[in-house]
Amino acid sequence: MAKVQGEVIIDLEKCKGCELCIIACPEETLAIANIINKKGYRYAIKAQDNCTGCANCALVCPDAVITVYRKVEKAPKQAV
Amino acid sequence: MGDVKFMKGNEALSEAMIRAGCDAYFGYPITPQSEVLEYLAREATKRTGMVVLQAESEVSAINMIYGAAGCGKRVMTTSSSPGISLMQEGLSYIASAELPCLVANINRGGPGLGTIQPAQGDYFQSVKGGGHGDYHLVVLAPCSVQEMVDYVKLGFELADKYRTPVMILADGAIGQMMEKVELFPQMERVVTDYPWATTGRPAGKDRRYITSLHIQPEKMEEINHTLQAKYKVMQETEVRYQALHLDDAEYLMTGFGLAARICIKAMELGRAKGYKIGMIRPQTLFPFPTKIYAEVAPRIKGILDVEMNAGQMIEDVRLSVEGKTRVEFFGRMGGMIPSPDEILENFEKYFIKGS
Amino acid sequence: MSELNEIMNPIKENICLPEFLVYERPDTLTEQEFHYCPGCGHSTVHKLLMEVVSEMGIVGDTIGVAPVGCSVFAYHYLGVDMQQAAHGRACAVATGIKRVMPEKIVFTYQGDGDLAAIGTAETVHAANRGENLLVIFINNGIYGMTSGQMAPTSLEGMVTTTSPYGRDVLTQGYPLKISELLAHLPGVYYVTRQAVNTAGNVRKTKKALQRGLEYQKKNLGFCLVEVVSNCPSNLKMTPLESNEFVANQMIPFYPLGDIKVPEVK
Ligand code: SF4
Ligand code: SF4
Repeated sequence: MAKVQGEVIIDLEKCKGCELCIIACPEETLAIANIINKKGYRYAIKAQDNCTGCANCALVCPDAVITVYRKVEKAPKQAV
Repeated sequence: MGDVKFMKGNEALSEAMIRAGCDAYFGYPITPQSEVLEYLAREATKRTGMVVLQAESEVSAINMIYGAAGCGKRVMTTSSSPGISLMQEGLSYIASAELPCLVANINRGGPGLGTIQPAQGDYFQSVKGGGHGDYHLVVLAPCSVQEMVDYVKLGFELADKYRTPVMILADGAIGQMMEKVELFPQMERVVTDYPWATTGRPAGKDRRYITSLHIQPEKMEEINHTLQAKYKVMQETEVRYQALHLDDAEYLMTGFGLAARICIKAMELGRAKGYKIGMIRPQTLFPFPTKIYAEVAPRIKGILDVEMNAGQMIEDVRLSVEGKTRVEFFGRMGGMIPSPDEILENFEKYFIKGS
Repeated sequence: MSELNEIMNPIKENICLPEFLVYERPDTLTEQEFHYCPGCGHSTVHKLLMEVVSEMGIVGDTIGVAPVGCSVFAYHYLGVDMQQAAHGRACAVATGIKRVMPEKIVFTYQGDGDLAAIGTAETVHAANRGENLLVIFINNGIYGMTSGQMAPTSLEGMVTTTSPYGRDVLTQGYPLKISELLAHLPGVYYVTRQAVNTAGNVRKTKKALQRGLEYQKKNLGFCLVEVVSNCPSNLKMTPLESNEFVANQMIPFYPLGDIKVPEVK
């Protein structure tokens, strides 16, 4: 099995807290913070470290503030 | 030397447009200027590759002009009074966004649907801005088929020089009459690389955008100042007029376009009767030749302003003379053309019999 | 990076490497932050459009026209050469541009009021002439910029500030399906209706925009991409609720999918 690791970086000062990314994420990685950014919005944060890098969140983010990375490590071939 | 031809005003205007290297014409048919679109449809594209498109309305035509002018192209539209009313919104945007273009208004009688006969009732809507906000068009007033041709060339030059819409304000008679005309030779269609034109973002450079929207009042005021400064320069350097017999004149007749042409005849009749009448004919209605009126006003006994409307340019004449001489008015309306005799009669009524 | 970003976004050095990058903000969007409300579909479509323009490598070949309405400032965000048009006149302005620069790709970006009310004549005639334009039409069923008045596309019974008792079709007319109307015209090449309320729909909208621009590259005719969208502020809903409104109310009346596709020869 290939191991998939994802990572999102959210530009928190530019996030408008619309929560669309939170609903879009199949892994429930994201949540809304209890504190606000300079704009006055409660911003989206990573609540769990289980991102797969599917980029659903970035795709729906209207303000294009999410950057997504995805690293796929192929499992080493077993000698037969 | 260009060619000398015998041509109808509207056709000469169209021919001049082609020869001036115009890139595109967008227009909508309306009497008395439908020959323009017809002539161009026949001649223009096959000769110079110029774009000619019949729009679905004058509203659309002027906005096509906006789009094409925004690409730095030499563009023109024509219409007549009710059609020009429809274009006013677009002209305001064009003036504000500082796009060069040329518009000809072949004035007909109004208000409303009015008549298709020649009139000058569009002085206000041409010279005073017409649409919303503080702006002007440069307004050129031809009184002959020759000037229709000359002003197309001049109009494009002024439009490019000042990045401004320019209007040729003629009337149905000048559009329809046939006269001998000397045409300038065919000019090339040139591609000018204006830094403001939206022709596709150049690699490694900032993109351009054209807008007339500036939400910040400070910025919008600044734009207004820029426009006003431009109009001031025009007032200082672009005034054009024809003056006759100013050296010995005791009276003046004045008017523009066709009315002025008839006035010249009336002036000659008057001079034959011994009245020392001179004549000022503004060729640019904006910028208005204020100075020459102001200069002669103190030494003359009065001015008869003749127009084919209820008295529109007369306001600018009165502002120019600042009360230093009497300014009287004679006009015909609704498509009626004054005769030299009735002009002279009115001159005598105001200045000879009355005095 | 701001302080907040530094604290909350610790960079995982083994993953956050250029070779593992799968999504970033398209560089054809300008630096300027959208003025749109949180969760607004305008932002999403702006972003998608610029993604496609970037990916197709047509930044220098594309000229856009912005409307009057909420997206009046589109030219501040879309990093291509742009013109701002008078209300409803985008298709006329775009016609002017395209006719003098036929080698360029020209698009308009318009809302429902701009395209389907005041600009109906310009839209229909540009379509009927088969102008080579991509028209992007954001249908959120309401006037956003002037804050919540009835749009030509407002649903029957929909409460707006100018239909406070709900849109009464007998006195206020029916919601206008302009895409279906335009699809009948022979000059029209491609018409599709998409939405941006879910990740799946966002993907499809991006494909539609791509298709529209590809057709424009070949000057194949008038293309219309309608995007059924939300307006959380004027619907007085949260962004999530407004997307549910799109799913449950708008889409049943404005069904998604291709309305006219080119015949495969
Ligand atoms: S990339 Fe996919 S898994 Fe990761 S946070 Fe975004 S939506 Fe969730
Ligand atoms: S979708 Fe974008 S703007 Fe909205 S909460 Fe998520 S990160 Fe913030």
